[in-house]
Amino acid sequence: MVVLENTPSAVLVVAVGVLVAVGVYLLLERSLTRVLLGFILVGNGVNLTLLLAGGRAGSAPILGTAPDGEPMSDPLAQAMILTSIVIALALTAFVLAMAYRSWQLGGHDEVADDVEDRRIARLAAANAPSFTDLDAEESGQTLDEEAAEVQDETEDDRAGGGS
Amino acid sequence: MSWGVHSLVPLPVLLPLFAAGLTLALHRYTRVQRIVSTTALAATTVASALLLVAAEGGPVVVDVGGWAAPVGIPLVADRLSALMLTVSGAIMLCVLLYSMGQGVAGESDVEGRAVEVVPVAIYHPTYLVLAAGVSNAFLSGDLFNLYVGFEILLAASFVLLTLGGTGERIRAGSVYVVVSLVSSLLFLSAVALVYAATGTVNIAQVAQRLPDVDPTVSLALQLLLLLAFGIKAAIFPLSAWLPDSYPTAPAPVTAVFAGLLTKVGVYSIIRTQTVLFPHEPVVDRVLLVLALATMLVGILGAVAQDDVKRLLSFTLVSHIGFMIFGIAMASEAGTAAAIFYVVHHITVQTTLFLVVGLVERRGGSTSLERLGGLARVAPGLAILFFVPAMSLVGIPPLSGFLGKVGLLTEGARIGTPLTWALVVGSVLTSLLTLYAVVKAWNKAFWQTPPDEIVQRSDDATRLPRGMVGPTAALVAAGVALTVVAGPLYAYAERAAATSMDGTTYVDAVFPGGAERGTGHSDEVTESGEGS
Repeated sequence: MVVLENTPSAVLVVAVGVLVAVGVYLLLERSLTRVLLGFILVGNGVNLTLLLAGGRAGSAPILGTAPDGEPMSDPLAQAMILTSIVIALALTAFVLAMAYRSWQLGGHDEVADDVEDRRIARLAAANAPSFTDLDAEESGQTLDEEAAEVQDETEDDRAGGGS
Repeated sequence: MSWGVHSLVPLPVLLPLFAAGLTLALHRYTRVQRIVSTTALAATTVASALLLVAAEGGPVVVDVGGWAAPVGIPLVADRLSALMLTVSGAIMLCVLLYSMGQGVAGESDVEGRAVEVVPVAIYHPTYLVLAAGVSNAFLSGDLFNLYVGFEILLAASFVLLTLGGTGERIRAGSVYVVVSLVSSLLFLSAVALVYAATGTVNIAQVAQRLPDVDPTVSLALQLLLLLAFGIKAAIFPLSAWLPDSYPTAPAPVTAVFAGLLTKVGVYSIIRTQTVLFPHEPVVDRVLLVLALATMLVGILGAVAQDDVKRLLSFTLVSHIGFMIFGIAMASEAGTAAAIFYVVHHITVQTTLFLVVGLVERRGGSTSLERLGGLARVAPGLAILFFVPAMSLVGIPPLSGFLGKVGLLTEGARIGTPLTWALVVGSVLTSLLTLYAVVKAWNKAFWQTPPDEIVQRSDDATRLPRGMVGPTAALVAAGVALTVVAGPLYAYAERAAATSMDGTTYVDAVFPGGAERGTGHSDEVTESGEGS
């Protein structure tokens, strides 16, 4: 059994760190295009992590091609990276389309705040109710008058039913 | 490879995917599209239901392509997966019928009022791809394939959420897309690190090897996975994206997202906590605290809303807390209650969003400010809203009550101060849920109707049968959950037991025992060829 050398290469580890750090910085921006660039950078960082997880590079992972005793590279890590690159491609295309649409509609591609959320926050700051109750509107009468009115109505009903 | 019950396992993924291709090719023929997608989802549901029965005899495993695990990717349908598949299949079918009734899927309204500005052709294919992604996530026995399942369903959900590309949907979509991308990156890096630590991404094999991994590394892996799944499942403090992005989509899309997408996250958390990392009391305690925070913060958000869709989105976040509560108790009874609660919540939450779609059509708005008196002008609609709303709150004898009783009983049985706090929090959350939905009920159904609702033209007052039918069917299904609660709860208990015993899942994937394949290239080839 050939056991691969598993100590990762320091250059790759540093590259992952730099890619992810720069990517996270861009992800925190408001503009969709920058967020997208951040996503691509972090994505590449993660792909490199996958490569690192596969151990050190060896000869091409095709049976029968490697000279005896020489370790092969891990093909599974490469397969996973390939898949994730394809997925990232599709998602990048979608986000670009969305950023373009956002620019088409609003002239910018910034991720805007939730309007409804801000409205409710404003109401909360003003200590106002989040809705008005139509039934509880001021009718200009006292409770006794309203009650009397309701009673009149029921009596009318009864009178109407009896006749 | 012989035919047998295991041949059914790939169907919930394959059928919707093939149908998606077919409907895309047939985008000019709306009627054919409808027939194809309905048939595909109905067949998916039937296949899942058969798997539900078959899984009683132990997990059904398929090595895709005939390559034995761990070289090939296994699809595993154990009780938990089969249950989730069946429920999601049925729900997706109902919502598809509803959306065809509503006209999201193509036809325009006579009045031109509720016409969705939709690129008609892509609705059916995208919806089917979403179904395939959800099924793939439920069936996957491989972490990387689970990631692919997530990506399939996310890509489809991006398209569905931004249907039509209106300003509001692009704004909501941006938040959703960016948050989802981040969670996917976290998940992918977790997969990479799991591979680095254990040399495999096969879930069963990872479970076998993790006990040998340094406990701190294992803890880091667990937290990273939970972080990724926690974003999908919308656990506080990772839940802020949900109420912001769901409400703007068309009603059936919101309904299926609310019902299923968060539950895929919850399902993954169940798998992580039971199969991969079964004994980690510290993480369980953290999850319990987060469950409490999710419940309370979610429901307090719901109380402040005056838009029904947003209100329901917040209750959705809040009730995810109940499921996490069950999972975090790390006992069979707790997990069983969580599984039952997931089934209940998928059904009820989807139904409520569909009803709100009907309310929007009848009342012309989802704002409580502008609705009113619907109980008088549309009494049937009032019943359709009332029953699932009460089930969500947990009024006996509806299914929400049964799920909550299971959770509270187990919380009281464990009896640590933290679980007692959760029990109190659950009751408080239920009361506040009652307050929130009763507020919605009073405002939308009972108060004096504004003139424009009474005086709407006949076209608007007649709700399409295609929308009411599936909604009524789901309301009936929600009530039926109470009727079949005995067998269903017992099934959930058995599902929790097989998921938690730590051997059933692994043995099913590696029937020849652990010696079959060690992940190293030379042995792997042999076992692959031998199968």
